[in-house]
Formats: sequence, C-alpha cells, structure tokens
Amino acid sequence: MAPSPLTGEPASAGQPPWAKALDHRDRGWWSDFAARTIVWLGGMSAILFIAAIFLFIATQGLEFMRHRLDIGAMLTGARWEPTVEPPVYGALPLIAGTAWITGVAMLIAIPLAFGAAIYIGEFARGKQREWLKIGIEMLAAIPSVVWGVIGLHVMKPIIQDVFGVQVGLNVLNAGIILGLMAAPIMATIAEDALKAVPDSYREAAEALGATRWQVVWKVVLPHARPGLSAAVLLGIGRAFGETIAVLMASGHRLMVPESIFDSAATLTATIAAELGEAAVGGDHYQMLFVLGLLLFVITFTINLLADWLVRGRRKSA
Amino acid sequence: MKLLATLSVVSLSLIACGAGKKEIQNLGSDTLLEVAGALAEAYGKTHPDIAISVSGGGSGVGIKNLIDGDVDIANSSRPMKQKEIDEAKHNGQNPVQHKIGFDGIAIYVHKDNPLQSITLEQLKELFGDGGKLTKWSELGVTFAADSDKVVLASRQNNSGTYECFRDGVLGGDKARFKQECNNLNGSKDVVDFCGQTKSAIGYSGIAYATKDVRVLPVATKTGAVPVTPTIDSILDATYGISRPLFMYTNGEPTGDIKSYLDWIKGDGGQRVLQDKGYVPLRKL
Repeated sequence: MAPSPLTGEPASAGQPPWAKALDHRDRGWWSDFAARTIVWLGGMSAILFIAAIFLFIATQGLEFMRHRLDIGAMLTGARWEPTVEPPVYGALPLIAGTAWITGVAMLIAIPLAFGAAIYIGEFARGKQREWLKIGIEMLAAIPSVVWGVIGLHVMKPIIQDVFGVQVGLNVLNAGIILGLMAAPIMATIAEDALKAVPDSYREAAEALGATRWQVVWKVVLPHARPGLSAAVLLGIGRAFGETIAVLMASGHRLMVPESIFDSAATLTATIAAELGEAAVGGDHYQMLFVLGLLLFVITFTINLLADWLVRGRRKSA
Repeated sequence: MKLLATLSVVSLSLIACGAGKKEIQNLGSDTLLEVAGALAEAYGKTHPDIAISVSGGGSGVGIKNLIDGDVDIANSSRPMKQKEIDEAKHNGQNPVQHKIGFDGIAIYVHKDNPLQSITLEQLKELFGDGGKLTKWSELGVTFAADSDKVVLASRQNNSGTYECFRDGVLGGDKARFKQECNNLNGSKDVVDFCGQTKSAIGYSGIAYATKDVRVLPVATKTGAVPVTPTIDSILDATYGISRPLFMYTNGEPTGDIKSYLDWIKGDGGQRVLQDKGYVPLRKL
C-alpha cells in the first residue's frame, strides 16, 4: 500500500495482531477518511492561499521590478508621479505617511487598549465584565468604511476647530481613526495575555500585602509582557494594512509629512486609489504590485514577530 | 464609495435583466458612471426588451475590456491612446470612437472666498510644480494669517479630471503638479473639501457644484474677460477647461448597440446628459 497522505507512514510489518481488524474498510472507515481529508484540506488551504497570494503579487510586479526599477531609488525617492512623462516612482512619501499614521495610531491605541484590558481582566467583575467584553467585540466589528466616514465628517471639523488648522484631513485624523480601529483587537489580545498569568502569582503578591494596582503593575504586567508586545504588533499590522478609512481621512497628499497636521498618503491608500485606472500589465500597474509586495513583506514580518512572541510566552509559562 | 456605487448600479441592472432580454455590456469611466446609468435607465423605459448593464472601474478598465473584446460599449473620459489602439488592432478589435457630450472642469473655492475670477496662468502658478503662487494675499485676497496659505485640492493621478486639468492648464502630460496638493478620490470629494476649507481651491466637474462653494470665472489670459463655465461657453470654447466624453465600440455599431448610441446622440439621450450636469453635443 502507498504511504497514506494523511500520516505519511507506510504500513509497518511489526503491527500488533489486532491492527488488521481495525484496518477493515467499512462505512466507518470511509467516513473517517472523508472527514480527515476535508479537515486536512481546510488546514492546508490557509498555507496554500498565503503562498498563492504571495506568488500572485510577486509575479504581477516581477518583470518591472527586475528590469526597470531601481529599488534603492524607489525606497528613498521623494516624488510619486506615476502618470507624468517620464513617470517617477519614489515611494518615500507613502512609506513615511504610513509610518507617521501608524505611529500616531499606536500612541492612541496602546493606552486605550491596555487600559481596557487591565480593567476588564483585573478589576471588572461579573456582569459588568461580560458587557464590556461584548462592547469591545462589537467595536471591533464596525466596518472600516464607517470609520472612514467618521473621519471625513466628524473628526475633520473637530480637528479644524480645536487646532485651528485649515485642513482637517491629516495624519492626526487618520491616526485617531486607525487607533480607535486597532484598539479593540489589541485589547482582546492583551486581555488574553493577562488571563494567561496564573492566579497563584496574584494570590502570592496579595498575600505579601500588595495592593490591587501593585499586583497589576509589579506582577501581572511584567509576566504578560510577551503577549502584550504581540498585541501591539498585531495592532501595528492592522493599522499598516488598513486602506479605506485612511484613504478617506488622511487627505492623500504625496509628500513626506512634517507634522501631524500635514496631510499624508499611505501605501494601501495609494494602491486602492490608483489600481482601478492603471493599464493592466503596464509599468504603473506593476509598480503598484511592487508596493503591495512591500506591504505584504512588512505586515508578514510584523505578524510573524507577534506569533513568535506569543509562542515564547507559552513555552516559558 | 465609488465601488459601492458601481456595485449598486450593477446589481440594479442585474435585477432589471429578466430572461429573454438582449443585453448590452457598458463599462468604464467613473466620471461617466452616473450619467451612463441614467442613460441606460431612461432607454430601458422605452425599450423594455433591452437590458443595459452599466459598471465603472475607470476609463482604463473600460478600454482594457474593449481591447480584450469583453465589452460592447466602453466609457472613457479621455481619448484612447495610440498604444491602446495598436494593442486593440493587434487583438483583432477595431475601436470606434463616439463623442457623446462634454464635461466642463470648474474651479471651486469656499463660498466666503471674495476672489472674483482667476486666469489660466494663475492656476498654473498655483497648481504647477515650481509655480510661484502660494498665498491668497498674492492673489489680492486678504485672509487671516493662519489661512493665507492656499490649500490645493487635486485628484488622484489617474483620474480623467486630473489628466484634463494637467493637459489644459499645466501644459501637457509632461507637466507636474505641486507635491503639496491634496489628491482627493472623487469629483464630489473635491467640492466637499473646498466647501469645508476656507483657504482651499480645487477643480472638479461642473455638475458637482453645491451651495457651500463658488465657481470662479476663468480668463484664458491676463486681461481677457473671465468666463463662467456654462453650456454655451463650453460649446463655443470660450471657457478654457473642458473635455469631450467618449463611448467606444468594437467596429461600427450595428443592431441594438447602434440604436442605443443613436438615441444617446439624439435629443432624448442628450437631455438626460444635460440633466445630470454635463454639456450636450449641441444646444437643446
């Protein structure tokens, strides 16, 4: 018999005598086989899709990247003018815009998310705790286009009035919107990290006379640090990859921002805004896929790092 | 948001498309999406046996589909480039251009902006790379110090409106915009932006004017009489910034497609176009 695709083990000679009876191919065996195959396909599909998406993005932009693109000039070029003759593909304004907006988003999301996680995980009790958790999950489910509209119509006039700036679509606006979008996910992961700290640690600290806050600050938070870092990294990944809300709230100015009141453009928003009209297979089209590849590599690295941190915590716990 | 509009138009036309109907595929320019939808709807009322499915995606998408022979009528807010025509011929397609109307590009400012008119040269100095105009005081407008800097509302770099303004005002496809421009993602967004930003100036289709903005008359050169974009001034070309709108077919149209295009170019279709804020081929 050929090796099973599921176990990869050839039938061995040294099987116990009852093995043959178990190997009897009745209906139970076939339904088990079918179920295992379907589950295996489901499991493998995740990897398959990731690989296929990566290959698709990479091949779409490959020819241009290999023959006509100076990657160094792309990463440091300050002008993004793909439809002017001759076209200029400097991605620095987009990379800087993404970094600025993500930075502001994290300044807003980290205190919010960690505050929420600590309150829910360590202080809230009973019904209140359940309601808060449901609230956070619902917040995470708000579609990003709704956040974009909030940025465009609510945050914009507020920023213009409060800070006395002319343009309310800027790094600050997009950063606040993204921060609020990333916070619920970060809070959920951070709360999981706090929950994973054994209660015996808290009890030991309390027995030594520590106050509730001292327990949180000196015992729980340090122990949960890998999980909290993972929460931050996943939040960064979320902020990095978000498209439509940023496109609507950032003002889309193709210049390296100098302050949080400057409008900015991000990698994702640029792809979304320009891909629809770019001639399929042309340089501009391929260049947008190169940006996609850059984005893919960045978010993939961030997620991998987060995963590694979480695994590190599990192993040490 | 454009995507949503596209989807809704597509789904509407899908609902309208009953069994046994003859179908015309019409897709392309987002500028033309709304008017193309209105044309299809109006035509469907008198020709219930024809289903016209309209979707957007951009002029480039429409032309690409035409080149591949996947669409009956491609909408475009720019003429096909020679490279695209060659590619189509190579694929055995023969693109035929149909002019269906015009779009005027208006210059918008905030409703409280006292500026009376502007010249094409001033617009070039404002929007063009290396242009010297950056402050409202240089245009003779007095604002508070914090809003003296001119905020430029432009479009994303592959929209038909962007190309039309670049070619008509900045001087051809080698001209560059200032990097300071806010590149907004829709015709309506530019007008909203100008309506909410006191020191902004922007360009967008004349159909998009609201009560929060003013349309500036434009003079073709210093000393010339400023012209407000209207159907008359665009048709007799005294207004400086306008563009034709196109539909492309593969070969000279026949049958239902020909009837539809003839109707669009006739008074019925032209009236629909005018009601949507565009400029008809001739005065109605």
